[in-house]
Amino acid sequence: MVQILEFEREIFAVENQIRELVSLSHMYDSVGDITHEIGKLKKKLRRMKLDIFSNLNGWQKTQVARHPERPHTMDYVDGIFTDFCEQHGDRHGGFGPSIVGGIARLAGQTVMVMGHQKGRTTEEKLRRNFGMAQPEDYRKAQRLMNFAEKFRFPIVTLIDTPGAYPGIDAEEKGQSEAIAKNLMVMSQLKVPIIVVVIGEGGSGGALAIGVGDRVMMLEHSVYSVISPEGCASILWAKKDKVVQAADALCLTAKNLKELNVIDQIVHEPLGGAHRNHKRAIILLRKALKGQLNELLTIPVDKLLEQRAEKFRNMGIFGDITQESQV
Amino acid sequence: MSWIDKVKSKASQIISRPEEAWVECKKCKETIYSAELEENFNVCPKCDYHFRLSARARIQSLLEPNSFTEHDQTLVSTDSLKFKDKKRYKDRIRASIKSGFSHDAIITGSGKLGEHDVELCAFEFKFMGGSMGSVVGEKITRAIERAIENKSAVIIVNCSGGARMQEGILSLMQMAKTASALQKLGEHKLPYISILTDPTTGGVSASFAMLGDFILAEPGATIGFAGARVIEQTIKQKLPEGFQTAEFLWDHGLIDSVVHRKELKGKLEQILSLLAGKN
Repeated sequence: MVQILEFEREIFAVENQIRELVSLSHMYDSVGDITHEIGKLKKKLRRMKLDIFSNLNGWQKTQVARHPERPHTMDYVDGIFTDFCEQHGDRHGGFGPSIVGGIARLAGQTVMVMGHQKGRTTEEKLRRNFGMAQPEDYRKAQRLMNFAEKFRFPIVTLIDTPGAYPGIDAEEKGQSEAIAKNLMVMSQLKVPIIVVVIGEGGSGGALAIGVGDRVMMLEHSVYSVISPEGCASILWAKKDKVVQAADALCLTAKNLKELNVIDQIVHEPLGGAHRNHKRAIILLRKALKGQLNELLTIPVDKLLEQRAEKFRNMGIFGDITQESQV
Repeated sequence: MSWIDKVKSKASQIISRPEEAWVECKKCKETIYSAELEENFNVCPKCDYHFRLSARARIQSLLEPNSFTEHDQTLVSTDSLKFKDKKRYKDRIRASIKSGFSHDAIITGSGKLGEHDVELCAFEFKFMGGSMGSVVGEKITRAIERAIENKSAVIIVNCSGGARMQEGILSLMQMAKTASALQKLGEHKLPYISILTDPTTGGVSASFAMLGDFILAEPGATIGFAGARVIEQTIKQKLPEGFQTAEFLWDHGLIDSVVHRKELKGKLEQILSLLAGKN
């Protein structure tokens, strides 16, 4: 069954209207020529989609980003890359089912591709732990990154996670250390790294595979230090303040571009990637190819210098001595 | 002067504010003379409960007298997201600065620990729960860069609930920024010692706090990535006794030592001296 978000209702109503008119015109000749009517409705539909999807607030974007029918990491891996050869395990006793990864080809070039996999069916969701990674997932990711560095393959990471898994096991195995170590390793890994937030960018659990030369976000993805729910319950002590919390957190692609945290917004098909996987895949493939071709021309030492500089400059603050001089 | 005389003289100094002369221990509930508590490194003399230490008191407890030069104390948050929950972030910052602890949740500077030059960063928990925003990230990064320039060691005394929500994604990015700076420090073969005190959680624990060449923790300190309440709600079962304490982490091989506050300075001197190589 198709899941319809609150703000998509109008769109679906018009789409149904069009469908009915089309089938009517097929069934009865007496309806006459209604192509004009249908055309008008289609125009209306397009305008409506444009209007709704270019004005989504933070919470609505969060809902789109989490939509169960949105393309997941494996959809993009299958659609964009060829010859995907999956690699498993952290080599320290952990399997790491929440982050998938392996070598594959992108436009003829061998690359390492990895990402959080949320799972589509109930069974897969459970197996993938809903994309909530544990230390073994992060250590597996780190192993694959070192592997890529050894053979000089560029890395593409796809982020789509509610956050790192909050569990007893995860803490016992050093969730914090696993995330922290990845940040450190990625900061100076000697191959190009392209990061794409494809859905939910949930805090440290997302950032743990999110340090790169280029960081992109899909148009309707979100990336935040805490979920709107978490923020609302801590700062407002009320769960129903999620709408305010989502806006306050500035978690949309547009917000992050303005804050210089990301380099590029990747457009989604009209109405969102969840309504048109094929088109979403084409658009992301184009963006990835563009960034990869650019990064491959930069010498490694220059690349590392630029990456260090990029993260060195993250943050906004003031200096009161300078302000008083002004 | 015997210790009891010292206590008496200190007690007489604050007799005008009698409510501050006594403190109840949070763990054993014993009533302690605040002067006695202070003498004892803010550790309960009865049960060894480690009270939280202010950043200034921490620096004083570790560095040689008058050796500390503070840096970057003029950096302040600018509320770039114009964040407002029940209160404006701007007002929270203003109130914290007014209460006189510091301009943000960390104090950083250069000093001597024994004969070793160190860059010391000490969190101030009373400033918005020691949370990390752009200012904290920048001050730590600058401290690491100074250490590289002066070929000295870095010590961070963590005491923080994690990333500061009011600075959104910019807070999260401080994790990457500081980890990247520490990577550089490591490339210069300079040591970084991380000290975990109560609490060290969230984005702080998942970045520089767990990246020390040596990681020490104070007894009983809460240390972890996810909050205990969040874990309980997720897994829907009670957490084991002592979960996410310093001792729990030690047990699981995540830190080098649990060190009593009284012995911390001595331990740091020993480590720094050993790391220097020759005697």
